[in-house]
Amino acid sequence: MPYHLPQDKPVSLRERLYLSEAIRGLRILTSHFVRNFFFTRETNPDILARSRKLSLNATLAYPEEKVPYPPGYRGLHRLVPREDGKPRCVACYMCATACPAQCIYIEAGELDGDPIEKYPTQFIIDELRCVVCGFCVEACPKDAIRMDSGEHSPPTYERSQQVWDIKRLLRGTPVSYQYDPWLRRGASSIPEDKLAEMRANARPFHTVATDEYAQTPGFSVKALAAEARARAEAKK
Amino acid sequence: MAHEGKGTGGLDTTATPGSLGAGQPSHPIGTAPEAAFGEVPEAFSPREMDAPLHAKRMIVNMGPSHPAMHGVTRAVVALEGETIADMKLDIGFLHRGFEKSCENATWTQCFPYTDRLNYISAIMNNTGFALAVEKLCRLDIPDRAKYLRVVGSEIHRICDHLTLVSAMGLELGAMTVFLYGIEARDLLWDRLAELCGARLTSSYCRIGGVSRDAPEGWIEKTTASLDRVNELVGEISGLLTRNRIFLDRTRDTGKVSREDAIDLGFAGPCLRASGEPYDIRKAAPYLVYDRLDFDIPVGEHGDNFDRYLVRMEEIRQSDRILRQCFQQMEPGEIAVKDFHYVLPPKPQVYGTIEGLMAHFKLIMDGIQVPAGEAYSYTEAANGELGFYVVSDGGGRPYKLGLRAPGWPMLAALPYMVKGSLLADLIPTFDSINMIGGEVEQ
Repeated sequence: MPYHLPQDKPVSLRERLYLSEAIRGLRILTSHFVRNFFFTRETNPDILARSRKLSLNATLAYPEEKVPYPPGYRGLHRLVPREDGKPRCVACYMCATACPAQCIYIEAGELDGDPIEKYPTQFIIDELRCVVCGFCVEACPKDAIRMDSGEHSPPTYERSQQVWDIKRLLRGTPVSYQYDPWLRRGASSIPEDKLAEMRANARPFHTVATDEYAQTPGFSVKALAAEARARAEAKK
Repeated sequence: MAHEGKGTGGLDTTATPGSLGAGQPSHPIGTAPEAAFGEVPEAFSPREMDAPLHAKRMIVNMGPSHPAMHGVTRAVVALEGETIADMKLDIGFLHRGFEKSCENATWTQCFPYTDRLNYISAIMNNTGFALAVEKLCRLDIPDRAKYLRVVGSEIHRICDHLTLVSAMGLELGAMTVFLYGIEARDLLWDRLAELCGARLTSSYCRIGGVSRDAPEGWIEKTTASLDRVNELVGEISGLLTRNRIFLDRTRDTGKVSREDAIDLGFAGPCLRASGEPYDIRKAAPYLVYDRLDFDIPVGEHGDNFDRYLVRMEEIRQSDRILRQCFQQMEPGEIAVKDFHYVLPPKPQVYGTIEGLMAHFKLIMDGIQVPAGEAYSYTEAANGELGFYVVSDGGGRPYKLGLRAPGWPMLAALPYMVKGSLLADLIPTFDSINMIGGEVEQ
């Protein structure tokens, strides 16, 4: 329901006198001033969690105190490594395609006779062009690029230092999933003992397609699978 | 120093207001100076000295880099004394070709562009654009996503109004108000960073839903933040609402009558301050606004003070909406389960060929929006935010038009300030809340 503004009333004589209103305003300011001046500031970086009993100060002494970025914050990119130190990236160009700022440049190399097949020889992100939308992370089908570094791109003196190449981007904790093709089918570029270790550490992931995600009318993953099974049995 | 001549610089200590410039001898009033620039005015007669000052129009450039001209707007003001005789606006310093840029990006890639329209309330722009495309696709998004969009929009509405009120206070000399307002806004932005991963450029919505769900404990934290914001808003109100300096500068300045406001195409808080109770959230409810109980504050005079009050009241109403949303929200899906529009969930992409193919198609070709045109209008913080989208059935917008909420108000500014004092331009410019990003696109 529309309602009229409650405080839009003409200036009363008391307000016209100015002094009483000035004192009322000063009372608000003084309460802040006294509390912030005589009581020490809390240094809890979570400003909401600070107790507001004594000091009302909501500031941070920035370079010394920093607010940790929340989980899920879109920070500086990183290329997720495998356990053998190589990037998980298979140079499919999905992130470069999804990027609205066209800040990702990839050059692909080929691995002969290896199920991994492709790998990035160059992976360059221009952090000055990046608009930090996080689309590259969503677009990656291999979980190879993430923005979970918890930091923003550091200031530099030169533009060229904002162009991050694979050497600087490849960092952080390595990740392996059980469905990773190099774990399932083996890879000649990864040493055998390393591969065994990676297999042991790999995280499980649901790999079963479900019918609820099939969008084509009448299409059913389960029905197709049952059909294929029936055909295989018939051959036997 | 007298030999240096005019225009060569240096200070002439003998120069008086009557002299022709540095290095030139002064002349006593009443005698004709040498003709330096051709025509020489007649000497003053004693009678002319008594006459009122001959007022020549003075052209003053406000902006583009004037602290009170938010963003970069240039106002050319012709002054007669201290009265504004005429005014011209010069915009476009922030023009980035929004519409054309979007036509070269896939539907999803437009979201970062919409973030940067009204950069103080990005989620409202995201929502407006997403609703336009969903209208074209005839998509109905899950309830949870609708609530999350409303929550994001209303938090951003509070941020936007807080920014306006505090900037208005700052430019009328109340620095403290700005500090309180920014403290409150910062708290909300921290919550938004937890929700969507960025403080300012949220990119929160997607076609068919939102990008992520609210993290655990977020609602409690946001409610606590809102309590704190309410406290600060109360203090700001205590400092400004009955403050005589503030009242004197905002009352009866920048007045727009109800009829004029409608004729000039006003929308949003500025229209409501003029007395027209029009709010798109009530007139054509979108998302879940029809399930929420809130009121529309309406002003009477349409002056700057009313516009300020409408915003203060709307902060309180948004607070009401948010608390209701938190009560009504139920866990559920945050995006439609349709690979045509929304990227498949990651397990599907990593593990199944169907998910992977849908994922590749969506990113390479973009969402295939059915051919047609649609106009979505939503209530943004400054007024009606309209997205007009035309699709030729492909993955990119064929044409995209934007009705910037701040533009009609900014275009009306010369009418609003004509005949008023130059000092009234500042509160008037503040109270229409012009945001360069959306007006200049």
